[in-house]
Amino acid sequence: MIIQVCVGSSCHLKGSQDIVELLEKAVADYHLEDEITLAGSFCIGKCNRIGVTVQVDDDIHVGITRENFKEFFTENVLNKFAKE
Amino acid sequence: MNIRKFDTKVQYLKYKVLREVAREAWNDSLLENILEIPKKIVPGKTSTMRCCVYKERAILAERVKIAMGGDAENPNVIEVIDIACDECPAAGYEVTDSCRGCLAHRCEDVCKRGAISFDHNHVAHIDKSKCVECGQCAKVCPYSAIVNRKRPCQIACKVKAISINDDNAASINNDKCTACGACVYQCPFGAITDKSYILNVVDLIKKSEQGRNYKLYAVVAPSISSQFSYAKLGQVITGLKKLGFHTVVEAALGADMVAMSEAKELTEKGFLTSSCCPAFVSYIKSNFPDLVPLVSHNRSPMAEISKYIKETDENAKTIFIGPCTAKKAEAQLETVKPYVDAVLTFEELQALFDSRDIDITSLSEDVLDNASYFGRIFARSGGLSDAVAQALKEQGLEDFALKAITCDGIEECKTALLKKSKNVLDANFIEGMACVGGCIGGAGCLTHGIKDKAEVDKYGQQAFEKTISDAIAVIK
Repeated sequence: MIIQVCVGSSCHLKGSQDIVELLEKAVADYHLEDEITLAGSFCIGKCNRIGVTVQVDDDIHVGITRENFKEFFTENVLNKFAKE
Repeated sequence: MNIRKFDTKVQYLKYKVLREVAREAWNDSLLENILEIPKKIVPGKTSTMRCCVYKERAILAERVKIAMGGDAENPNVIEVIDIACDECPAAGYEVTDSCRGCLAHRCEDVCKRGAISFDHNHVAHIDKSKCVECGQCAKVCPYSAIVNRKRPCQIACKVKAISINDDNAASINNDKCTACGACVYQCPFGAITDKSYILNVVDLIKKSEQGRNYKLYAVVAPSISSQFSYAKLGQVITGLKKLGFHTVVEAALGADMVAMSEAKELTEKGFLTSSCCPAFVSYIKSNFPDLVPLVSHNRSPMAEISKYIKETDENAKTIFIGPCTAKKAEAQLETVKPYVDAVLTFEELQALFDSRDIDITSLSEDVLDNASYFGRIFARSGGLSDAVAQALKEQGLEDFALKAITCDGIEECKTALLKKSKNVLDANFIEGMACVGGCIGGAGCLTHGIKDKAEVDKYGQQAFEKTISDAIAVIK
């Protein structure tokens, strides 16, 4: 699985770095280092009023913040692994 | 009204040509209307710049050619329009008719070569076979009657690449020319100019079809903070997206990346010169070939960030927008070509906006933030040295005692390189910037102001990240 965090100007100012850190931690906590590749990307073209845009394989999720990160990660990353 | 966007009427004229060429290109009507452009710019029968409208139009036709990429046979990105060259006097020190034939004869007194003599009216004359152009006579004349006639292009060209050809027009020695563009900005007749790739850019924008075929990234140099001062930077970003760019990325982020690896390389090798400024690198190659191994092996910030963009997005095309004419040459190097698809100057960007009738002052403000304070201050002289010092600190390499010498303009670069070649340079890092002031003094700037340096620092301080590590953390 490839997770790309938008680091374009708009997302960047809304906390891309926080999300990158949270992702790194979550990947380590769940021992998913071999399954997940973390990457950055410039503008995905979905600039949102709040939060950061994150692309999980082909699915684009907007508005990810520190607060809703856990929910996002469970739903879009962990659950996908559970299904496999 | 547009003239306020530029320093000189020469720039304004060049801009009008670029704008018209781009406008026709957008409409796919360039080939049909190409011959009409000069007449459109100089209508009527009364000349405003030269001896007659026909000469004006003939020169404009040459400008159109250069706006379309110029002479393909000439590898240099800087070209002379020989019919536009006014063949300025270049005789050196001469006595003018302001000489009053005084009694004091300070000029004669100060001349160590005995080159000054007087005619029956007591008017001074300079014997050119004896004169060594020291200029002392001009300094002491109370009437300022002695002037130094030199061509502005030759004064501007500190690498001495400009000579006068058999037709008395300026001629560029491509082996010496670094493409810095100093002559382009200094020629009062606009006879030397940089080739434009604005048509390639129009083509890239069109064929991207709003990002459906590929995504177009604008890589913007940090010196933009001192440009487009009649609008807000955020409006320029919106304007770029309106033109058809997918997004705008700071070249300063590439500078952050470069600062980190340059600091590391410096500790490994013990001595380095910077490699950011393409004119400086080209100058070393042609004048100090022995020092070439000491040039940092890092790519320039432009190439570094463009490479990164292409690696993260295989569907990307990149256009660098900056103050620099030498970047046009750099982008043609085999090592850089794969990463940078085209180079535009700020002058050309203004023409591109207006060719689409985009008034950036009426737009909303977008954001631009990828880089740190240190990446952003690369735009001004001294910034690169500060960034390398910071990068040493952030990588725990403070034990290395950095002794940087900041060379502001190619003359200072020459002095430092000469010293280094004789092994008498008391420094272990040369920051070389061919333009005085750094990139903000670049020939492709719209305006060259005294406040530019302060503007760059202000922009640097607005960066979201204060350290280089923070800025590049997100892209690792």
